Amino acid sequence: MKNIELEKHANSIRKSIVTEVFYAQSGHPGGSLGAADIITSLYFEELDINDENLDSVDRDRFVLSKGHASPALYAAFAEKGWIEKEELKTFRHLGSRLQGHPSMRLLPGVDMSTGSLGQGISCAVGMALANKLDKNDHRIYTLCGDGECQEGQVWEAIMAAAHHKLDNLCIIIDNNNLQIDGKVEDVMSIYPLDEKMKAFNCHVIEIDGHDFDQIRAAFKEARETKGQPTVIIAKTVKGKGVSFMENQAGWHGVAPNEEQYHAAIKELEAC
Amino acid sequence: MASIATRIAYGDALKELLQEDENIVVLDADLAGSTKSAEAKKVDPARHFDMGIAEGNMMSVAAGLAASGKIAFASTFAMFATGRGFEQIRNSIGYPHLNVKVCASHAGISVGEDGASHQCIEDINLMRGIPGMTVVVPCDYNEAKQAVRAIAYHEGPCYVRLGRSGVEEVTPEGYQFELGKGVVLKEGTKVALVATGSMVQESLKACELLDFEPTVVNIHTIKPIDRELIVELANSHDLIVTCEEHSIIGGLGSAVAEVMAEAGCPCKLARVGVQDVFGESGKPKELFETYGLDPQSIANVVKNNL
Repeated sequence: MKNIELEKHANSIRKSIVTEVFYAQSGHPGGSLGAADIITSLYFEELDINDENLDSVDRDRFVLSKGHASPALYAAFAEKGWIEKEELKTFRHLGSRLQGHPSMRLLPGVDMSTGSLGQGISCAVGMALANKLDKNDHRIYTLCGDGECQEGQVWEAIMAAAHHKLDNLCIIIDNNNLQIDGKVEDVMSIYPLDEKMKAFNCHVIEIDGHDFDQIRAAFKEARETKGQPTVIIAKTVKGKGVSFMENQAGWHGVAPNEEQYHAAIKELEAC
Repeated sequence: MASIATRIAYGDALKELLQEDENIVVLDADLAGSTKSAEAKKVDPARHFDMGIAEGNMMSVAAGLAASGKIAFASTFAMFATGRGFEQIRNSIGYPHLNVKVCASHAGISVGEDGASHQCIEDINLMRGIPGMTVVVPCDYNEAKQAVRAIAYHEGPCYVRLGRSGVEEVTPEGYQFELGKGVVLKEGTKVALVATGSMVQESLKACELLDFEPTVVNIHTIKPIDRELIVELANSHDLIVTCEEHSIIGGLGSAVAEVMAEAGCPCKLARVGVQDVFGESGKPKELFETYGLDPQSIANVVKNNL
């Protein structure tokens, strides 16, 4: 897909994210907006998921380990036509399939229920092990937050992935360097992240998580890497696309008011 | 009489299951020799994953395997499976209702010499609190082997509590395990000893210390509990004594109390179990005597409450 088309989808996804969180008056806009380009690239280019195989496990799979970025996942589903855009307004409402954090039992296409940080990446390791046992070529992708890397379980999962030489597993770290309480290096530094991942026997690629050429090239390099899992450290801007939300930890889990909502949509429509 | 630990039955059942069904996988956290999950390796080493000393990761990896269509057995000691791994069992396995079978050994104080850090007396409580979780506590080799085979094909997450120490065979010949159905081992009067796991044996021995014949019931499935049988027992006896190698808080005693209270049963209840204290090092038999789980203690509770 041409970058200009990916950009269009990403922009539409960003508008949906802001809409979801506004109608819910709850949710996580910052990390969702920051991950929008990676998720667009996954669903519109990299993953072999389509209308026919959505319900199957006989395809690539994606685990949103940073489950609080669910608005981005649901927005991508709407952009793919798997759910109606109108349904996005039910996000976080009673009875909705669009739970605050994704539930695989409620929404077809969600490959794992996530939300508790550190667990999704381990689930992805289990899926990659299953694919190895079944000797199929499907790939497993997971998106983790950088703050999430403070969870010990992330390192347990990375250790297991490298030990089992899971080259069918691609771990993307959404490195926006912000978490709820502030900058990652101020709260609890995870750095040097690249050296740590290399020391754990992973193939490490560092990219700009908003550059579709770099995302595409990283996925290709991951596919071609044999004998070890790939970790893509994607530098991103939390709140990307809505100027007043960009690089603000305060927009981690806060919904825009009506004025802010219209300002955000206006800015995104001008793109 | 033969004395075999229920974990041995687990290993034997796994061996059969792996031979019969290529969809079954097994995970352990560096205790494969102790939990007996290592038996699976003898059938197919590729389907046995030793995940190292990282129980939380093991539970979520098991969830990932189950989400790929596998039936995943995950084993370690009960303390680390349900304690360390609680939130992973709850969120990665329980919430998506995946086919992970947590089969934990070395439960209760009969772990013995390792002491309180390894004597899990909270696991039934923790596991039965998770929506959709089936909880089974087999009493002997025969029942444990059948239970493991039964839960393999019971849809959704299951917890099976296994012991370290040898226990006598008490299930009758030709016994057929039925999930969710309590088993009346002795029909008596006045008092019903309602036991689970290793306490079934202790309850049967307690009968010999009483001057009347009590009823003895084996409740191997704590969740879903056999309500019908408990209400029937409560309506036909003066006293129910629950017996479990677990804290009296949140285990079998609590489950039975809930049923009795909701059904408005007039029957009195007493709970034999670990009385809200930690255990300590010692031989299993000494520990049972010290913590009031031996036949004499059960008989005393019966006498004091009649």
